[in-house]
Amino acid sequence: MTNRSDFTANEMMTIAAARALSNDDVCFVGIGAPSAACNVARLTHAPDITLIYESGTIGTAPNVLPLSIGDGELCETAVTTVSVPEMFRYWLQGGRISIGFLGAAQIDRFGNINTTVIGDYRKPKVRLPGGGGAPEIATSCQEVFITMKQATRSMVETIDFYTSFGHGTGGDHRRRLGITTKGPTLLITDLAVWRPDPETKEFTVVSMHPGVDRNMIQETCGWTVRFSESVEETPPPSDLELTTLRELQARTERAHGGKKGN
Amino acid sequence: MAKFQSLKEAVAENIRDGDTVAFEGFTHLIPHAAAHEVIRQGIKDLTLIRMTPDIIYDQMIGMGLAKKVVFSYAGNPGVGLLRRMRDAIENNWPRAIETEEHSHAAMANAYEAGAAGLPCAIFRGYRGAGLKEVNPNIKSILCPFTGEELAAVPAHRPDVAVIHAQKASRRGDVLIEGIVGVQKEVVLASRRSVVTVEEIVEDFDDLHPNLCILPHWTVTSIVEVPGGAHPSYTHGYYDRDNAAYLEWDRISADRDLFMAWMRENVLDAGPEVFAHRVKGL
Repeated sequence: MTNRSDFTANEMMTIAAARALSNDDVCFVGIGAPSAACNVARLTHAPDITLIYESGTIGTAPNVLPLSIGDGELCETAVTTVSVPEMFRYWLQGGRISIGFLGAAQIDRFGNINTTVIGDYRKPKVRLPGGGGAPEIATSCQEVFITMKQATRSMVETIDFYTSFGHGTGGDHRRRLGITTKGPTLLITDLAVWRPDPETKEFTVVSMHPGVDRNMIQETCGWTVRFSESVEETPPPSDLELTTLRELQARTERAHGGKKGN
Repeated sequence: MAKFQSLKEAVAENIRDGDTVAFEGFTHLIPHAAAHEVIRQGIKDLTLIRMTPDIIYDQMIGMGLAKKVVFSYAGNPGVGLLRRMRDAIENNWPRAIETEEHSHAAMANAYEAGAAGLPCAIFRGYRGAGLKEVNPNIKSILCPFTGEELAAVPAHRPDVAVIHAQKASRRGDVLIEGIVGVQKEVVLASRRSVVTVEEIVEDFDDLHPNLCILPHWTVTSIVEVPGGAHPSYTHGYYDRDNAAYLEWDRISADRDLFMAWMRENVLDAGPEVFAHRVKGL
């Protein structure tokens, strides 16, 4: 059995995110933290999960984490590789994807994501990379999982730009815009697992990772945190989960000459 | 009908000041050698279209060639931000650039519409997205059969497409393998095209019948440039040079360092250096 000193907050985040995926899922994998979680799931409890990267690789099974969403490793291990227009039209827009797994530079309590600009769009303080596939991943996948580290500058009261729509201002905002998919249903951070309130759609803490208390969650979050009536403790990583993640990262570092992969 | 040319001739004949040019390659087969030739020739006031601008557009923007950039993800893949593009957007250095920003889905659909000869692309997208508030080229259209509101963007119809591919046959047919991205669409959407290839082979007689092939009569110019995608990769030939992408983050962070690097590695170099750069990858 592992105890808290045996693993890092980042490892707990990746493993908690991996647990949310199942064998039957068809998962559109976003760049960054989601990729590690999706591959840990595939290498542990969900060997038959279908992982799709927006470069057109369907059913990929990389031995090391890719540095970009179009590494050769993804294509070589995929069931098939399709063109980018086909990926977005037939597979994403066509409704074939069950889970979209995204990271975020900035998020608000309703799971709206900003990866476009900090500050004003026309005169940005910081120009971030932009949305890429995310605006349509957020609305075309049946549901969306988000994983990111907590910090007051990234979990904010108001995001500077709506790159990808979550639950808007909450409640039935998605439905009012004609969006029929569920949107963000899960947020996994380095401290907790959050789920949207069924009515208001505000993200609510349902489980805290081992050794984390409510203050730690509030201090790293820019809005007043709501906790579920019964907050559970996230089970710590099992030996298998930790070993799988660490071996994957070690293989990745060897393959990429010291860079950890995404 | 495809012409076999030197890179210098192909770029000079096909790309002119003020053109709209799309360099494509989705993390794979990125036409770096061709972009460097455009920089050497100093072709300016370009409208540059590309889903993922990455290093080649960072270099072209930093050298002052771009008037406008149409894009959907402006990052150094797996590393971080594009520092030259940011400097142009945030500080107008070395010149101000216009930007037109889309999502990947919109860009891919716009290329497909261009290839299909349609004036616009229609798709289910941009719902709740902030881009439609800041980009007047994102509009909506009602389905005449169901009444569903859908997104519409203009088709991409570049003057020139520039891509890199694995092989051309002596006849000028072009083979693209692996992550094929939007390369077929961008060539068919454009008036002219420049294709660099790893090698020219006699014919394609022994290939699988369903491979991605651009027939010779759809391509304007073909140039053999071994290693021409470096530091991106060519499936079946060489791997991605991840160290070069990390190094770019350091070089591009400083204007003087950037200019010095461009002089040594681009302005004072030629396409023949690419074969050397991919040795051992």
